[in-house]
Amino acid sequence: MSLNTPLKNVRGLGSAKDGTEHWWMQRVTAIALVPLIVAFAVIVIRATGADYASASALLANPIVTGIIILLVVATMWHAKLGLQVVIEDYVHGHAAKLFLMFANTYGCWIIGLVCVLAQLKIAFGG
Amino acid sequence: MANSNRPLSPHLQVYKPQITSVMSIFHRMTGVALGVGTLFLMWWLVSVAAGPEYYAFVAEIAGSIIGRLVLLGFTWALFYHLCNGLRHLYWDAGWGFELESVTRSGWLVVVASVVLTVVAWAVAYGMGG
Repeated sequence: MSLNTPLKNVRGLGSAKDGTEHWWMQRVTAIALVPLIVAFAVIVIRATGADYASASALLANPIVTGIIILLVVATMWHAKLGLQVVIEDYVHGHAAKLFLMFANTYGCWIIGLVCVLAQLKIAFGG
Repeated sequence: MANSNRPLSPHLQVYKPQITSVMSIFHRMTGVALGVGTLFLMWWLVSVAAGPEYYAFVAEIAGSIIGRLVLLGFTWALFYHLCNGLRHLYWDAGWGFELESVTRSGWLVVVASVVLTVVAWAVAYGMGG
């Protein structure tokens, strides 16, 4: 006799309590990143060899600011999910795995936050 | 983990490298490299936010031979991961799983990543160096 309720079966989250969320968000961020990376490539090409005045003017443009912030959020989200899978696959020691999983989560949040704050300062701090 | 006597499957190096397996591991390696490379994106944005002096310092490092080599590597890694990521999304939709199709899309990704890298650097240098 199973004690599972029908609701539990419908949710289908299993013992990981996570279902397909990880896989799905990896795809959602991936699709968002396709146009964002193309736009980022154009921004970097335009910033190549730029002096300070033109680089800051380029990044302070409102559209560029929006693209960079969306890019940073999608990138760090995507990187966190991807690096997590790599750690899960290749790091087998429990302590090392736990440490790297925490470092990955914190690191991605910190890099993302610093990027967004720097971008906001460029856009509004002028 | 405690049982060290259990039979092991042959390890990776006994298999002949194929475009499918090689491209798969390159997708992971470029992904990890790009993850670390977000530090360079952060450094660039921080340098502009910090002001002209620090920006000039970072721009000089980025423009050095080593800086350019690293950036060239990141450019290729980014385009490779982008193109192969599109290949993965194509598979996710359920398309292109025949062996012939997998090989063809694989070579297409390799060629496209190199072409996009060359074009991006040519345009960047053409516009100002």
